[in-house]
Amino acid sequence: MDKHLFLGDEAIAQAAIDAGLSGVYAYPGTPSTEITEFIQDSKMARELGIRSEWCANEKTAMEAALGMSYAGKRAMFCCKHVGVNVAADCFVNSAVTGVNGGLVYIAADDPSMHSSQNEQDSRFYADFAFIPAMEPASQQEAYDMIHYAFDLSEKYKEPVMMRITTRMAHSRAGVERKAEVRKQNQLTLPVDKKQYILLPAIARKQYAKLLEKQPDFVKESETAGWNKYFDGTDKKLGIIACGIAYNYLMENYPDRKCPYPIVKVQQYPLPTAMIEKLYNECDEILVLEEGQPLNEQKIRGFMNNGKRVHGRLDGSLPRMGELSPNAVGRALGLNIEEGLEIPALVAARPPKLCDGCPHIDSYTALNEAMKSFPGGRVFSDIGCYTLGALPPFEAIYSTVDMGASITMAKGASEATLLPSVAVIGDSTFTHSGMTGLLDCCVDNANITVIILDNEITGMTGSQKSSATGRLESICTGLGVAPEHIRVIKPLKQNFEENVKVLKEEIGYNGVSVVIPRRECIVAMNKRLKAERAAKEKAAKQN
Amino acid sequence: MKIDIILCGVGGMGALSSAAIISKAALDMGWYMKQAETHGMSQRGGDVQSHLRLSDQPIASDLIPAGQCDLILSVEPMEALRYLPFLNKKTGWVITNSNAFVNIPNYPDLEAVKAEIDKLPNKIIFDADAVAKEANNPKGTNMVVLGAASKYLGIDIEKLEDAVRSNFGKKGESVVNANINALRAGRAVADK
Repeated sequence: MDKHLFLGDEAIAQAAIDAGLSGVYAYPGTPSTEITEFIQDSKMARELGIRSEWCANEKTAMEAALGMSYAGKRAMFCCKHVGVNVAADCFVNSAVTGVNGGLVYIAADDPSMHSSQNEQDSRFYADFAFIPAMEPASQQEAYDMIHYAFDLSEKYKEPVMMRITTRMAHSRAGVERKAEVRKQNQLTLPVDKKQYILLPAIARKQYAKLLEKQPDFVKESETAGWNKYFDGTDKKLGIIACGIAYNYLMENYPDRKCPYPIVKVQQYPLPTAMIEKLYNECDEILVLEEGQPLNEQKIRGFMNNGKRVHGRLDGSLPRMGELSPNAVGRALGLNIEEGLEIPALVAARPPKLCDGCPHIDSYTALNEAMKSFPGGRVFSDIGCYTLGALPPFEAIYSTVDMGASITMAKGASEATLLPSVAVIGDSTFTHSGMTGLLDCCVDNANITVIILDNEITGMTGSQKSSATGRLESICTGLGVAPEHIRVIKPLKQNFEENVKVLKEEIGYNGVSVVIPRRECIVAMNKRLKAERAAKEKAAKQN
Repeated sequence: MKIDIILCGVGGMGALSSAAIISKAALDMGWYMKQAETHGMSQRGGDVQSHLRLSDQPIASDLIPAGQCDLILSVEPMEALRYLPFLNKKTGWVITNSNAFVNIPNYPDLEAVKAEIDKLPNKIIFDADAVAKEANNPKGTNMVVLGAASKYLGIDIEKLEDAVRSNFGKKGESVVNANINALRAGRAVADK
């Protein structure tokens, strides 16, 4: 059979389509974005009527996925690791309600923070919510596991997480598809009418049911075949290698013959019998896991008074950042031939705003306006415009989490830091800024919110923004006075006028909103190119 | 047989599309391959890199182990130096364009950059932009560099041309031909 060249993300997307998916729900975030984009661009998914539009944020996405599952159909939710935080309320409670149609949550972690604010490990969430989790080591396994994850979810009526990391999400390999494409589920209502009503009395029953399923989940981990025990000749060390860490381990043995016994872990909860066997037979244990030391902590225990356990906590592996073949090789005590050093003259090439980006004009005007308010501060948010922190702008003082610009500015203004200004993108505003602006209106906070409207979700590669065409009416609806909602066009030629508007609104004592509106330059170029191509095609046909 | 390649440059210079072409050709030949990319914020002028691993045996790691890379293929000279920790000190090759892409105020002296590349035992540094222009494809620098590297890839140039056809086919005959011309012009440089 032909092999498809798939990113890990694409393998997951194709697998979900082939496994009878009815809908994917997501908000873009690196490195998870390509999963949903693949389904949006798939002709097959379109013909099957699979629902795939972007959602306002991860919480609305996960809840909608849970709703689709309630109706008996298979649904998938995708996000980057910090997106799980946004959806966490639904995430934990959906384990208590259980599901009806198969429900799979994809969490794409970003150890080393290539494009993120932290390197939290989503496996902790699965552990915390008591649901099974899968951790593939190859693109093929990612493809195959999706089918299993939907089956597991429907067998035990619980959501199942698949945790991937940047290297799996953004690495390509040949993938063989299954011959059969499964049919989507029919609309089927849950048998138990009360299952989803988490009143305390019902929630206690549901939670007890969830806990009762735990031994079954361990049994699945022991028997489903994703976790494997490989015996070794040298019992001085036993290795627990999780997800892609197993690849880094094997890379150190070109003949693929590791002398030590190994438990390859790809499904959670941990397979108790396999881990016990390894622990009992080997003198010391090495835990290799991408991300944070979840399993290492468990094996080691708080008292750390059992066998010696090596990993990130005892310094055998780096405490933070991605693993690598050489880091694992060093932990094994192997002789590693390193390469050359980077010559000292090599300069960093930090990312920057594109030439022609509207944010450049917005920040230039804002910096000029803020000169009149030397005691003030600008709080910002997550998106391309976070690059306003770097030279030549150095215009912002914070970027914490989606939507925090508005609420942090509010709190600071209430501490009499005036003026407090928030800078937030259009998509981030509808993701998590609107509720904060409502707080501001209710309290009549003295802040100015600048909503940079480039009519797209720019940072992750030009996805549709839920905000487009709705910003003024949202702000009015939340209670901002219409005369203090000012739209400007961020262009060089409008510099003086824009500075004047910004100064007026920053000086106003109350809630004001300024919307610099101009299309993202990257999105505009893409659009013009597509329009030109369409024109040429039409001309040819005539 | 195994070959580990790092393709690098700056966002928008086509390093990743070269990687996609080699991958396609390798897969068509029945080889195993893995290709890992880092491109989080690269659209905005940051550095991009791709680890491309080809082998007739199954490949373990998506990332090339430091010190074991066989070939660094770069469309920009300073970017080639950034990945030296990955290069095999003795047997690894660097093939790079000689023209700087200056989008930072502290770009080092270009002659000093070239001198660093000159220190390496195995390298080809040449004006790939000029070759691309001569081949009537000024945007084809990445294809020129790929063409030059094809000599060391163990993949027939015809297979790469097929992959170019397959990857650029959607964009029309003229785009396909322009890229194939650039590829051949690059190969001619290496054959000289």
